[in-house]
Amino acid sequence: MMNTLDHIELQQVVEIVSVDHSPISSKLTEMGLVSGQLIKTLFKAPFGDPIAIELNGSVLSLRLEEAQFIEVKA
Amino acid sequence: MKIALLGNPNTGKSSVFNLLTGLRQQVGNFPGVTVDKRSGFISVDEQQHELIDFPGTYSIYPRSKDESVVFDVLSNPTHSQHPDQIVFVADASNLQRNLLFFSQVYDLGIPCVLVLNMWDLAQRKGFDISMEALSNVFPGVPIVQSNARIGLGKDRILSALSGLSTAREEKDAFLVGHTLCETSDVQAQKSEAELRLKKIKEALKHVVQMKAPSGESTSRKIDRVLVHPIWGYVIFAFVLLTIFQFIFSFANAPMNWIDELFAQCSNWSSHAIQPGLLNDLVSQGIIPGIGGVVVFVPQIAMLFFFISILEESGYLYRVVFIMDRLMRPFGLNGKSVVPLMSSVACAIPGIMATRTISNWKERLITILVAPFMSCSARIPVYTLLISLVIPKTYLFGIFNLQGLVLFGLYSLGIIFALIVSFLLKLFIQQKEKGFLLLELPDYKNPRWGNVLINVLEKVKLFVLDAGKIILAISIILWFLASFGPNLDEAAKKLSKTTVYKEMSVEQRTQAMDACKLSNSYIGIIGRGMEPVIAPLGYDWKIGISLITSFAAREVFVGSLATIYAVQDDGENQHLLIDRMRTELKPDGTPVFTLASGVSLMVFYVFAMQCMATLAVVKRETNSWKWPMVQLVFMGVLAYLTAWISFILLS
Repeated sequence: MMNTLDHIELQQVVEIVSVDHSPISSKLTEMGLVSGQLIKTLFKAPFGDPIAIELNGSVLSLRLEEAQFIEVKA
Repeated sequence: MKIALLGNPNTGKSSVFNLLTGLRQQVGNFPGVTVDKRSGFISVDEQQHELIDFPGTYSIYPRSKDESVVFDVLSNPTHSQHPDQIVFVADASNLQRNLLFFSQVYDLGIPCVLVLNMWDLAQRKGFDISMEALSNVFPGVPIVQSNARIGLGKDRILSALSGLSTAREEKDAFLVGHTLCETSDVQAQKSEAELRLKKIKEALKHVVQMKAPSGESTSRKIDRVLVHPIWGYVIFAFVLLTIFQFIFSFANAPMNWIDELFAQCSNWSSHAIQPGLLNDLVSQGIIPGIGGVVVFVPQIAMLFFFISILEESGYLYRVVFIMDRLMRPFGLNGKSVVPLMSSVACAIPGIMATRTISNWKERLITILVAPFMSCSARIPVYTLLISLVIPKTYLFGIFNLQGLVLFGLYSLGIIFALIVSFLLKLFIQQKEKGFLLLELPDYKNPRWGNVLINVLEKVKLFVLDAGKIILAISIILWFLASFGPNLDEAAKKLSKTTVYKEMSVEQRTQAMDACKLSNSYIGIIGRGMEPVIAPLGYDWKIGISLITSFAAREVFVGSLATIYAVQDDGENQHLLIDRMRTELKPDGTPVFTLASGVSLMVFYVFAMQCMATLAVVKRETNSWKWPMVQLVFMGVLAYLTAWISFILLS
């Protein structure tokens, strides 16, 4: 089942299906977010936004409005 | 030769820079952007070369105006800063992402050295990296290991540079047949990144073996507390209070020593030089002027000491993380909190601290709004006026009215800071959309060498850059306050009056000072201003003090003391307050009433009356436009709010 990263529960490992086109899509990709990459949702900031994910051993934080462009599957 | 130091953020690049250049480094500006250009000299084979530290970036394509300097310099061989060689610093435990930018640099053809930094950390995490296999991926590039935090790797890097060719070599690119994309072509950049990452991932299969990872890392455990919905904020509040306490209270002792020192110097010079213009210029103008710059050093040093620690340890990024949601509606950044909070002590170090905010618009808004946070220089003004016009009573029997008014003044500043930043967010146009996409690096012990170098760098920048402007303005003000067209005549006339002759020595000095100030150019301007400030309830004597407090707000109190020929009493100001209470307008009513007092206090909340702040804003925004905008906007706001206060309370 496909979903976007901003809707994923915490402590879940998901695989990136694609990064939708947006003004920041190249920046997301340059940080290592490409299709086939496994990421894990770690924790959220106190208001639920931004979120932190683990990617190849490093931690990246994104706003929900940035995470919505990343399509993932379990 | 020029050697560029490049790499991702958080790879210890600045530690490598400090390791290679030691204290032989300086800070300047990259042309056109407000990004610090750190450069220094290194010796390779007994020749001196310039090492230039560029901002850390994830790719050659910029994500902000500040990062564009990397693309501009690397893509243009005729650019003045275009490097002859490159030292690329990578995080050994994160090769996949780090090599993206490296492969772009490699493909430019400029001779480069690849430094695998934080090597010890990679080992501890279980990475097994084959240097030989990595060399096969990027032929012609010397690869060295380093651990710059503890000082390892300098010799290896220098010897790798020594063997490096100085001319571009013909070799196969990593991504064959590719040319640089346009900076605006997001789609092409994305495709390029995807291709590179795919190829790197494939290549790394033969380079890196990963031993099984061991449970939750220490950094994750620490994050559970520091990012906690409640404890996160509590701890941050505590950190802020500590920093504040240092800047607000502990900096006072050194600041007093500096004031003392310069007062002594001034005294000594007034006796050492022949009486006359030069004597006055040096002992009353130049020396106090320099003292007025140096006095800020303790606060700047302390603030940057703490900020360096927050940044080096990795905590600053968590602050951005938890504050982002709260700051965003106001066009501010999580990193705006420390500068704004420090501005309650003093806006000068606060504004300098906005350098850490990478988004230009967020940084600018923070800079423009910082002076609204009532700084400590306003306190003598507030306390004087509150003692003068606010009754010593208790509201509802428990709340001290005077304390409440003080609190009200601070709150007024903070509320307007938020309102103005919200409005600025709506009105300032920005081409690039702000985004977060922030890496949260592992927690590390701060490297004290880096902290020290950073503090020294900031102090030096302030004293040399902003200091020149502050000194210039204070000399101008001294001149305007010491000379006037009829000053000498007025002084002579006073000395002949019987009242004067009957005064004590001390009283004579005070009366003469009052006379001189009133007849100086500033006095004339003050008197000329009276019609303009009369609607706010002020007279020309207040007008003079408004002008002189441009040097520093607290000078307001000293100037009033001079004009009223009263002893400047330091803390209590009983004499001044008593004298001010008796001051009457031509129609016989008191000058200082509740209305005029509150109007004056409100004026001080909003007016931009600090030349040092303007000098620092000029430095941080690289132009006089914004300080002037601030001056005018805040001046108008101050006038209007003071006027409204006066009318409402009359």
